[in-house]
Amino acid sequence: MKPKQQRLMLVLLAIAAVAGASGLALSALKDQAAFFYAPGDVAKAGPPVGRAVRLGGMVQRGSIRKQADGVSIRFVVTDGVATVPVRFRGVTPDLFREGSGVVAEGMFEAGGAFVASNLLAKHDERYMPPQAARTDKGVMHETKTLQP
Amino acid sequence: MIAEAGLAALWLAAALAALQLALAVIGLRLNKHVRPELVEGRAPEKPAAHLDTGALTGSARMGEVAKEIMAAVRPVAVVQGVLTGLAMILLIAVFVRSDMSVLLVAENSHSDKPMLYKIAGAWGNHEGSMLLWVTILGLAGATVATIERRLQARTLIATLGAQAAIALGFYAFLLFSSNPFARLNPAAPDGRGLNPLLQDPGLAFHPPTLYIGYVGISVAFSFAVGALVTRDVGPAFARAMRPWVLGAWIFLTLGITAGSYWAYYELGWGGWWFWDPVENASLMPWLAATALLHSVSVLATRDGLRAWTVMLAVVAFSMSMVGTFLVRSGILTSVHAFAVDPSRGSFILALLAIYIGGALVLFALRIGTVRQGTTFDLVSREGALVANNLLLSVILGIVLIGTLYPIVAAAMGVQLSVGPPFFDKAAGPVALILVTVMAVGPLLRWRRDDGHVALERMMLPIAVAALAMAAIFIATGGIGILPFLGLGLAAGLAAASVAPLWKRNLRRTPLFTWGMVIAHLGIAVSLAGMASDSAFTKETLVAVRVGEPNRVGPFLVRLDGISPAIGPNWSALQARLSIRRGDDGAWFYLYPQSRYFSSPVTVTSESAIATRWNGQLYTVLGQSDGEGRWQLRLWWKPFVTLIWAGGALIAIGGMLSLIGRVRRERRVAEREAFA
Repeated sequence: MKPKQQRLMLVLLAIAAVAGASGLALSALKDQAAFFYAPGDVAKAGPPVGRAVRLGGMVQRGSIRKQADGVSIRFVVTDGVATVPVRFRGVTPDLFREGSGVVAEGMFEAGGAFVASNLLAKHDERYMPPQAARTDKGVMHETKTLQP
Repeated sequence: MIAEAGLAALWLAAALAALQLALAVIGLRLNKHVRPELVEGRAPEKPAAHLDTGALTGSARMGEVAKEIMAAVRPVAVVQGVLTGLAMILLIAVFVRSDMSVLLVAENSHSDKPMLYKIAGAWGNHEGSMLLWVTILGLAGATVATIERRLQARTLIATLGAQAAIALGFYAFLLFSSNPFARLNPAAPDGRGLNPLLQDPGLAFHPPTLYIGYVGISVAFSFAVGALVTRDVGPAFARAMRPWVLGAWIFLTLGITAGSYWAYYELGWGGWWFWDPVENASLMPWLAATALLHSVSVLATRDGLRAWTVMLAVVAFSMSMVGTFLVRSGILTSVHAFAVDPSRGSFILALLAIYIGGALVLFALRIGTVRQGTTFDLVSREGALVANNLLLSVILGIVLIGTLYPIVAAAMGVQLSVGPPFFDKAAGPVALILVTVMAVGPLLRWRRDDGHVALERMMLPIAVAALAMAAIFIATGGIGILPFLGLGLAAGLAAASVAPLWKRNLRRTPLFTWGMVIAHLGIAVSLAGMASDSAFTKETLVAVRVGEPNRVGPFLVRLDGISPAIGPNWSALQARLSIRRGDDGAWFYLYPQSRYFSSPVTVTSESAIATRWNGQLYTVLGQSDGEGRWQLRLWWKPFVTLIWAGGALIAIGGMLSLIGRVRRERRVAEREAFA
């Protein structure tokens, strides 16, 4: 192959690779990027059923109910505007308690309840991600549910 | 006084970096007028000792001046390196003495802390880690100035100039917005302590390991800039750059492997990779460095891929800058990211723009003058390496998009997060194709190969892969498609990796060939571990009373009791678990803890892990329900250890290559000296 043809070939290959990568990335982003909701957003727009999302707010006081199996809990997330009931099976983060901030990753069920696969609780003010810094002081302390 | 001395050393070092840059620029300018024959890049590469040819041209006096100025760059670089080292030692000293009149110490240390973490505390924070970065950069520059003999003198001077330019940005960042030696008045009675999650021996050495990797890449980048400035892109430059790329890559590999294991046992999630932005920040330079490593080899041995290699050096450097800065800027939301004030964020973005933009502009201006290297067929070792480079770049692009997208979206007012499902879905398939190319590449001949003959060489690995897949299917009755392909490809890759040793005299096989074989084998081993972990892991989550037995995988686990435990700066609740394999195995014990730290107030879970030849049993103690039940999380993870064993093999392969290359270079140099 002549050098010129070869260079052209390489350029075409590179363009195809980049296009393929962007295509893959964008299609995966469309399906897999988790969006961030507050209970107020859910009340306004309705729950996005069956998509991976994050739900952020405070754990409503008096709402944590431990279940009989000892490893599942139910609680209510509030942002002062609306509330969402949440179920979680797993070890809760160390700083998860009533009245504290929480971010739950998971999905909405058809009835509007939220099933969390992952909980992040806010923590000590010094080691905090900016997202938490904007709303409240604290770091995310995270625990995950069983692998599906 | 120690803090003031440290600050003074830092200012002096910054001044020397400015001097180093100025001397390099002036020296190269003068020299350019004196020796026009070099400017066009026609002169043969000469060792530094031949610099005196400048005196032979018409303007001998000007040549002398240029020579003296250029000769001064080396010692300046050495002294600059020594001063940064001194500043770092002084910072460690104030941490060791727990001098609470230094703001950084008061914020990140505590007099009760074990000595190891007092020392590690010096770099376990934003300011200290930036100083560590500059220190490693300074020492690397001093090393280049002292030992580098292969490059043309002009290219070396340009390289040291480029290095000084990079260092200057970091000095400015440290001195104007992140002074590690700032005083606190009045002094604090005691410190706030180091984040307990970071109080782990593995993590104490993690940042230095990664930073050596980042800095190694920046040195490789400086070489590329030097070669572009003097239009000296060729095999000699590639051979000079290769050890730095290889060294950086080894440290990045070690850092990523160690970081993955740390996250696995310390965070208590039982996972080994989370696609956390901070992990991505170290993965992206690794991907770019891996591509660069392969293309620089083509340039060094076959004189091909000239422009592409320089481009990759620019990309790899950009990625290590993005990695260093984004982690410390707090722009990314992460478990590890430290929030710092927004003015630093803009400083960082400005630096990033200057470095990356400057490098790309220089590349665009000069790349036209880089001559075409030798050519090759598509079916050849070079062709496979180009495919490897493209695929690595594709994965790099996916990771970059996934990491930065949330930031871009946040700027547009949309809050979202990109997590493991995205990366697995987008990068997983590409990685499997890459593994296939990896298996094929080393079995191809350089320059041109016959497709049919090459296919014959690949029959054995293909057969091994097919056999492995059939065996897995029969034994398990079907697992997920990605783990299935992963295990099959891992078997094929392992066979293909050792194939280059087939029918060779193993004792006379060069060390760098061994290095390649072992590194590729490491990838196969890691891949097998990842696939096995995702396909065969068994998990149990229960609330149990004392004495109640539970099963996970082949193990019987019983909670014997909970008792208090005490450490140097923490107290804990500790569970005793009696465990045996099957119904008649020997009993053994694990002690997972829930630790309480008072400064800063934090609770962490310390997992307890039993390692067996075929996997790990991983246990975590959860909370009590107040009625005598305790939460236990148990995993049986078959062959999960292969993930990190593979990482270690990859790094060992890299080291063998490095030793082999350096030895051969020395032998060649000796032979030339005798000739």
